[in-house]
Amino acid sequence: MTDSNYDEILQLLRDRLSSIASSEIVITPETNIISELSIDSIKLLNLIMEIEDTFDISIPINALADVQTVHDLASLISRIKSNH
Amino acid sequence: MNLLEKLDAAAAARKAMLPEGVGAFGIPIEEVYSATEARIGERRVILLGTNNYLGLTFAPECIQAAHDALDAEGTGTTGSRMANGSYYGHRALEREFAEFYGYCAGIVFTTGYQANLGTISGLVSRGDTVLIDSDSHASIYDGCILSGAEIIRFKHNDMIDMEKRLRRLGNRTENTLIIVEGIYSMLGDQAPLAEIVDLKNKYNCTLLLDEAHSIGVLGETGQGLVEKTGLQNEVDFITGTFSKSLCSIGGFCVSNHPQLDQLRYLSHPYIFTASPSPATIASTRAALVLLREGKALRRQLWKNCTQLYDHLKKAGYTLGPEPGPVIAAILDNPKQALQIWQSLLENNIYVNLILPPAAPDGKSLVRCSVNAAHSTEQISYVGETFAKLHRQILDADA
Repeated sequence: MTDSNYDEILQLLRDRLSSIASSEIVITPETNIISELSIDSIKLLNLIMEIEDTFDISIPINALADVQTVHDLASLISRIKSNH
Repeated sequence: MNLLEKLDAAAAARKAMLPEGVGAFGIPIEEVYSATEARIGERRVILLGTNNYLGLTFAPECIQAAHDALDAEGTGTTGSRMANGSYYGHRALEREFAEFYGYCAGIVFTTGYQANLGTISGLVSRGDTVLIDSDSHASIYDGCILSGAEIIRFKHNDMIDMEKRLRRLGNRTENTLIIVEGIYSMLGDQAPLAEIVDLKNKYNCTLLLDEAHSIGVLGETGQGLVEKTGLQNEVDFITGTFSKSLCSIGGFCVSNHPQLDQLRYLSHPYIFTASPSPATIASTRAALVLLREGKALRRQLWKNCTQLYDHLKKAGYTLGPEPGPVIAAILDNPKQALQIWQSLLENNIYVNLILPPAAPDGKSLVRCSVNAAHSTEQISYVGETFAKLHRQILDADA
């Protein structure tokens, strides 16, 4: 995983999450996607499909079981993208 | 937050969505009068929120068969088939389902939910992939999660999107199970099965078709979408439920792959649960005969579906893309949906209320399930009431 890869993904996530979040809070890497942003499961799954298309990768839903924060999600995407 | 506090938070979220006293979910039905009428509170209502598509819940043949089985074999099997054995009826119904589809193998499950859970988790496991439509039923999602296979979604009924995701899987497609539904339960639209089969063959995948809402409804003899499209030889596994057109409870999987039988030894939702009761199996067997012979019922059902769909469309509602036994009015927000749902009930019409995230794309649904037993007068009354409420609630909001 390269830092630029991670940073690019983190920025993309911050932009996309802020546009679909119900609450208006500043999104940091530590922000909890479900409890702090009030994003329901379907919105999150739809966001994952968008990210798959952006980077032309496959992100299995199962991998989201370990994702709580924005950082967790950015790290997951970065890892899959690097292995692609 | 401890475990009970989490439940309190869930209750608070539900209350925020539904005001106190509005029991839209799990509404108490006090008495059932027929396939189309019941009593809710003090109201005699038209039932438009059940999945009784052929209207067979009071078919004398099914009731008599259930009575006879109760008398002959008792109320329950009291255990699993693996441990306690299979009754004659279980095996007969499996043969009858396989023969109905022209396949060599069939398995009966205790519920429709378990049919998907058990079939999917028996077919795929860690290291395999499932490719599912984004509007899939919860039983498909849960079966996939239970299996441990990697789950990839494609956009609802979007074949370009589906192929894009298949291409990304590379050589993993050989171990990929594609799962689609004959009729989708939220908007009532059908899967583009011919195109799905083309992609399945191009990428050498396996295909499972869930006919839960389409058995009894589509095809000359009511097999479902597979019969309507003539693609019986292309679909690897078909699952379905007894709880809609067959008017009981249970589920099935059929296949022309004899390996299906191995699911009896691999599938926890099949193994570790009590088998269906004799009365349930008997009424389902009788209903399957009526379903196969039910051309006139299907004709009436589709007449009713088209009548209501056209009525709602003309009234100005946004609907799913095609008529079918599931007709959903798509509303912009939960408040509108709740108002329409409540007003329908006050006008003695019972339908389903579906709120986000259960409804797709953040919308809310007022969902009608039409059946063959609804009279033209009932459908007209429902259509006129919907039109009146559009004028009173939605036009006023605009």
